[in-house]
Amino acid sequence: MNQNNNYFHIPQIKKRNQKAARFQILATSAIIVAMSFLAFFLFDIIGKGYPAFKQSYVKVEIHIDEETASNPYGLLDREMTAIVSRAWLRTLPKEIGENPQWIGTTQTFWAMTGAEIDQYLKSKPNRVKDNIKVKVDELKANGDIESRFNIIFFFTGDSKIPENAGFYSAMIGSVLTMLVTMIIAVPIGIMTAIYLEEFAPDNKFTQFIEVNINNLAAIPSILFGLLGLAIFINFFGLPRSSALVGGMTLALMSLPIIIVSAKAALKSVPESIRQAGYGLGLTKWQITRDHVLPIAMPGMLTGSIIALAQAIGETAPLIIVGMIAFVPDAPTSVMSAATVMPAQIYTWSGMPELAYIEKTAAAIIVLLTVLLSLNTIAIVLRKKFTKRF
Amino acid sequence: MSNDTLYLIFFGGLVPLVYIAYILGRNRASNMRSLGIKMHSQPDQYGWFVALYTGLPVIMLGVTGVFLYLFGIDAVPPHMLVVASLTIGAISLLVLVKNVNGKTKARDLIESFIKGVLIFAAFVSVLTTFGILFSIIFETIHFFQRESLWNFLTGTQWNPDAAFLEGAGRADALNSSSTFGAVPIFAGTFYITAIAMAVAIPIGVFSAIYLSEYASPKARNRVKPALEILAGIPTVVYGFFAAITVAPLIVEMFGFVGISASFRSALGAGIVMGIMIVPIIASLSDDVISSVPQNMRNGSLALGMNKAETIKFVVLPSAMPGIIAAVLLGVSRALGETMIVVMAASLRPNLSWNFLDDMTTVTVKIVESLVGDQAFDSSLTLSAFALGFVLFVVTLLINIVSIYMIRKFHAKYKVSNL
Repeated sequence: MNQNNNYFHIPQIKKRNQKAARFQILATSAIIVAMSFLAFFLFDIIGKGYPAFKQSYVKVEIHIDEETASNPYGLLDREMTAIVSRAWLRTLPKEIGENPQWIGTTQTFWAMTGAEIDQYLKSKPNRVKDNIKVKVDELKANGDIESRFNIIFFFTGDSKIPENAGFYSAMIGSVLTMLVTMIIAVPIGIMTAIYLEEFAPDNKFTQFIEVNINNLAAIPSILFGLLGLAIFINFFGLPRSSALVGGMTLALMSLPIIIVSAKAALKSVPESIRQAGYGLGLTKWQITRDHVLPIAMPGMLTGSIIALAQAIGETAPLIIVGMIAFVPDAPTSVMSAATVMPAQIYTWSGMPELAYIEKTAAAIIVLLTVLLSLNTIAIVLRKKFTKRF
Repeated sequence: MSNDTLYLIFFGGLVPLVYIAYILGRNRASNMRSLGIKMHSQPDQYGWFVALYTGLPVIMLGVTGVFLYLFGIDAVPPHMLVVASLTIGAISLLVLVKNVNGKTKARDLIESFIKGVLIFAAFVSVLTTFGILFSIIFETIHFFQRESLWNFLTGTQWNPDAAFLEGAGRADALNSSSTFGAVPIFAGTFYITAIAMAVAIPIGVFSAIYLSEYASPKARNRVKPALEILAGIPTVVYGFFAAITVAPLIVEMFGFVGISASFRSALGAGIVMGIMIVPIIASLSDDVISSVPQNMRNGSLALGMNKAETIKFVVLPSAMPGIIAAVLLGVSRALGETMIVVMAASLRPNLSWNFLDDMTTVTVKIVESLVGDQAFDSSLTLSAFALGFVLFVVTLLINIVSIYMIRKFHAKYKVSNL
């Protein structure tokens, strides 16, 4: 059919369709940009952090006598001293003390290598001298250098010696802080939601609370840190850097998230269940406790887990309340000085030694794994237990 | 007596007291019922009623005492307080148990007790807001008693070194007076936020358009979780990424064309911050666009508009208040974002139009002046609170406008999930 004879022909149609196609391409490319950023980011972090899960060890033979036990630093020759980690040498006297039968014999140890040597073996930028490089290559060719799983990273605390620095105390600190956060935030959040959804009359005061909660959700997290510093530390006199103060600060921060999700969960409980309860002569609290809450529980739990996941990654308010202290040993109580995973990441990222870059990236991998598993648990819970009416 | 022992005595007294109250109340009620007296509530409820109202005065007196103590009024010695509160508990227990009879509305009284507890919980969030407000305001007032407000708002020199020495107890080492002119800090904050929004608004809004209008259900189910992952990445991780990967990349790229860029450029921090905000804008706008009624689209299509035109001329204008609200929330997040700029932006206040220069932000300065061994009442520490106050006011205004716009949209189209 000739275009000119077509009564419905619109001359601009081609141009308009082209424009429409361009628009769709624009929209699609936006999401592709976002997704490729995510892919690039994950690739970059995993690439940087993966090597930190390996640590190289070197075989050394040491003749042990009384003098070794008191001063281990001078017992290796110059080249080996440059290769073996100072942190390992430091632990030697203690080990000899535990095994007195070693004295007077020659023992073979697999000793941790220094961070620079480790970087060299992983073909990364390093400051190893050329003669040492030759020696390391020779040892490697003889099979005297091995790469093993870096167990130290998971079972020691922070250290100023890069190869000896681990994530353990930060992980324990995070657990303690999160315990405090959840013990405070979950009950208060759920109670607030119950009040607002089930009990509160629809008046100005209730509206004020609701607006206030929405607002609180959008206040910059660093301001919660100022609150923690001014109120919990200066006014109540609680110990600085402690998991208690950090947990309380984070609890106030995650309250709005928990309240909003708990309210949504309560809202999804059908009205007929409440009506049936009233019909049987129950009071409001009895209905809420025995009928509404059990149905709303999975939704509330999901919301709490998501709030927990956000709180674990939060750094800024914790820096303000002093949780970036150097903490080599895991905290033993909520009152003792502690550091948390993201704060440890921040501290390591500011270290001048190159070896800390891969430590930081490895710590990020651990943190992201924790967050992803929490979110997965939340989604599974929601799918499994949510009742549909 | 140490505090720990006192706590032990307090709770060691409270728990058995409440338990005894429960047993006595329940037994008395069930005895009365077995005598044939008509009771208002179940025996259990009488037990709970007596127990709750026995514990209430004890805890209230204890908490009041602790607060008085914290405010510096220690007229009552702590051990007297413990004894007094437990005695009051015992008295109220006896009075309550004596007065339990068929007409006591135990069930209703439990109900009002619980309602009171719930109201108290709801009040915590209000207290938090006021806690933030007051903790900032008092220190801010202290700050402006020392430094001039006018200079803070209009001065272009931020030079707290003298205040630093003073705070470190070396006031005699002063050789110049400190100045707190915050304009370069505000300028840096807005500049980095602007860069972030230049990245986040197009990507975020177009992603939302794709998700709600073009994506097949299958694609949507795959992309949405990925966006959620992006939203769940902690900001400290973004900060590390910005400092270690993005900043060197920018320096290299601009170095390639012969322009020198700072390793702590505003551009690097801004881009990564923009990426952080993309999922916030995308998911909120997606909700808003999806809730524009289908009828409006159908009407537009029936008039011969194609899909893109429908989106541009019908869907987006109706969704505009919601999208603006989402963007405003993004802006307030960008203004208050801390870790990315602490790790990837500079510490030096710098008034410049060049996005390759290093710049600093309000949040960086807050962190910088609060981390360290400064005396709490030094001007440097207090300046953090003054900056925090500005940040609080600005984000509060933005949030209120944003909440208002979402409400407006909500009233029009009944969106439930905002």
